[in-house]
Amino acid sequence: MKLSEIIDLTNAKVVAGDAEKDRELLRAFSSDLMSDVLTLDTEHILLITGLTNLQIVRTAEMADIEVVLLARNKTATPEMIELANETGLVLLETPFSIYRASGLLFQNGLDPVY
Amino acid sequence: MKLEFDIASGDFSKAGRASSRIKKMLKQLQVDPKVIKRIVVAIYEAEVNVVAHSVGGKMLAEIDGTGITVIVQDNGPGIEDIEKAMQEGYSTASKAVRNMGFGAGMGLPNINRNTDEFTIESELGVGTVLTFRNNF
Repeated sequence: MKLSEIIDLTNAKVVAGDAEKDRELLRAFSSDLMSDVLTLDTEHILLITGLTNLQIVRTAEMADIEVVLLARNKTATPEMIELANETGLVLLETPFSIYRASGLLFQNGLDPVY
Repeated sequence: MKLEFDIASGDFSKAGRASSRIKKMLKQLQVDPKVIKRIVVAIYEAEVNVVAHSVGGKMLAEIDGTGITVIVQDNGPGIEDIEKAMQEGYSTASKAVRNMGFGAGMGLPNINRNTDEFTIESELGVGTVLTFRNNF
């Protein structure tokens, strides 16, 4: 699924990174547990989370995750935005819950990691 | 090539600095991205462990022609039961650490899974030493 479609479907706002609209994401994973995110072997996925702290950005960096969608109307902290811009992570914010955002993306063809 | 980092206890804002530096360096050395991901995930987990569980410590990383060796050493309190700590799901993490998205009892097993060689030694009241290596 194209990044532009993810942004449209979830009513998302881009708050950091270069949201190059043609970027293609193949799978997504929803989790508030970074320990679980770090066990994934799949790269270039979309991470949907309701957590907003610096470790989300660090976890994404180490796990080769290029796009993170912050759900439940959470806003990224200035430190998160700064680090995301530095590491090249695209940070998005959606007013939808994790369930709603995940459901919409799944329904429209974005596959799960497992 | 040798790198050394101090890791402060409880300072989550800095957790990930060592792994980030090492990741950049390995990228510059044009190491296979799959190999980079495995080692930096292991290093990051180890860093978070020192921040979350110990009174502080340090990390030494040595990159040679064939791979990278990492030693993570903290100054206590040490792990009471290493066998339990190595089980997935076992954790002694505080609520604050869990609120950060960690402390699910996946750290040490995940380090073991992502490395080619891994040893852990710990003594109560003294500290814990992890040594791991990945070949390029």
